[in-house]
Amino acid sequence: MYDIEKITVVKTVQEAVQALTADPSAVIIAGGSDVLIKIRAGKLAGCRLISIREIPELHGITMEKDGTICIRPLTVFSEVAENTIVREHIPVLAYAVDQVGGPQIRNIGTIGGNISNGVTSADSASTLCALNAEVEITGPAKDGSGLAVRRVPILQYYVKAGKVCLGPGEICTGIRIYKKDYEGYCGYYFKYGKRNAMEIATLGCSVVAKIKNNTLEDIRLAFGVAGPVPMRCTHTEEAVRGMKIGETLYKKLAEEITNDVNPRDSWRASRDFRIQLARTMPVRSLQALVRNAAEGKKGGSNAKVGLI
Amino acid sequence: MLQIIHCTVNGKEQEIAIDPRESLCDMLHNRLYLTSVKRGCEVGECGACTVLVDGKAIDSCIYLALWAEGRHVLTVEGLQGPNGELNPIQQAFIDEAAVQCGFCIPGVIMSAVEIAGTGKKYTREEIRKLISGHLCRCTGYQNITNAVEKAVNLLADKAAMKKEK
Repeated sequence: MYDIEKITVVKTVQEAVQALTADPSAVIIAGGSDVLIKIRAGKLAGCRLISIREIPELHGITMEKDGTICIRPLTVFSEVAENTIVREHIPVLAYAVDQVGGPQIRNIGTIGGNISNGVTSADSASTLCALNAEVEITGPAKDGSGLAVRRVPILQYYVKAGKVCLGPGEICTGIRIYKKDYEGYCGYYFKYGKRNAMEIATLGCSVVAKIKNNTLEDIRLAFGVAGPVPMRCTHTEEAVRGMKIGETLYKKLAEEITNDVNPRDSWRASRDFRIQLARTMPVRSLQALVRNAAEGKKGGSNAKVGLI
Repeated sequence: MLQIIHCTVNGKEQEIAIDPRESLCDMLHNRLYLTSVKRGCEVGECGACTVLVDGKAIDSCIYLALWAEGRHVLTVEGLQGPNGELNPIQQAFIDEAAVQCGFCIPGVIMSAVEIAGTGKKYTREEIRKLISGHLCRCTGYQNITNAVEKAVNLLADKAAMKKEK
């Protein structure tokens, strides 16, 4: 039995926004693989829950006419990993979410919950940052009638550890990835953990790059757990953009990273170890990405067993 | 306060009074006496409480009972034939001597049911990945993997033969 004061089940976005506006301190529950564990541990004991998982319009993945991929937040990890749109255009995201927890967790955990709990180690978050994703937020309209939708870049969605920029009555209703950000790009996700399954990343690294004529035309590099929230390495990206593929590039990449990352000491790993990882992982990721690109593969990861 | 939910459990339509605070694991184990559903870690790590909801393996300890409304739940009790015959997956666990204390086995079997449901064949490494959400305290992983591999590939062969016919 969970220590829950009250649970409200909502069936539409409208109802969710109304319920949340009426009770601003209520906690939203989607898949539950995070919230229920916090309740069990006592961190959220006695809370009031609003269960949004039965909202049909928040499930599924679609491609709009202009090529924008829209992932609804209640899509579970296994659905994202198996989705044909994702596998064809942004396979790196399929590889990233395929590394979350274990199979049963991937059948209940949602991608919206993964980013909305504001946790830096979220496997989907670094890749979504590297893909320049935008988060769609729906809340009450200012005049009090109906709903208002706004969009923020995912980097701005994160405020601080465990906190995203959802205002009163607001919920995440979509994750959007634009064609300009994925067309012609390859991606690679590198998760470092001590086990292959049921592991939380010590460091997660996602590289999305465009390679043409043996030149790194563009690169977007993102980390999870290298700071309090998922982050991009803009200095490093700028420093290596346009370089020829080769040892000079990889050396430069490892050198520049230290200007971008600021990891912490935790029981999982020390700061020094995380810096060492941060210098190594992007290089190996980019090397793998270059190899994959040569074979015509658009995505990959360091997982022992890839997508099945 | 109790709340009534409707769902299908092991093929039988059920009307169950639940406490909205209870997990699906609590409901199956304590109200329907389906004792194959084991309460292990209660935080979704060990997989002992794994059941299928609409064909998908989930940890029933971190799934609220009220979410089962209108859904199909399957536990090991629902696998037997009409005269109590064992399912081929259960038989494979016996043949491969995959059961030691047995606490994790109902959960692993349910994952195997989900995997076999795809009708595909898998490599040993793929099987290991697909059952990585289960912990066996006896560390009997070799025989468990043997059993799952045998059952899944046997059922895949059967499905292929059926298709050819």
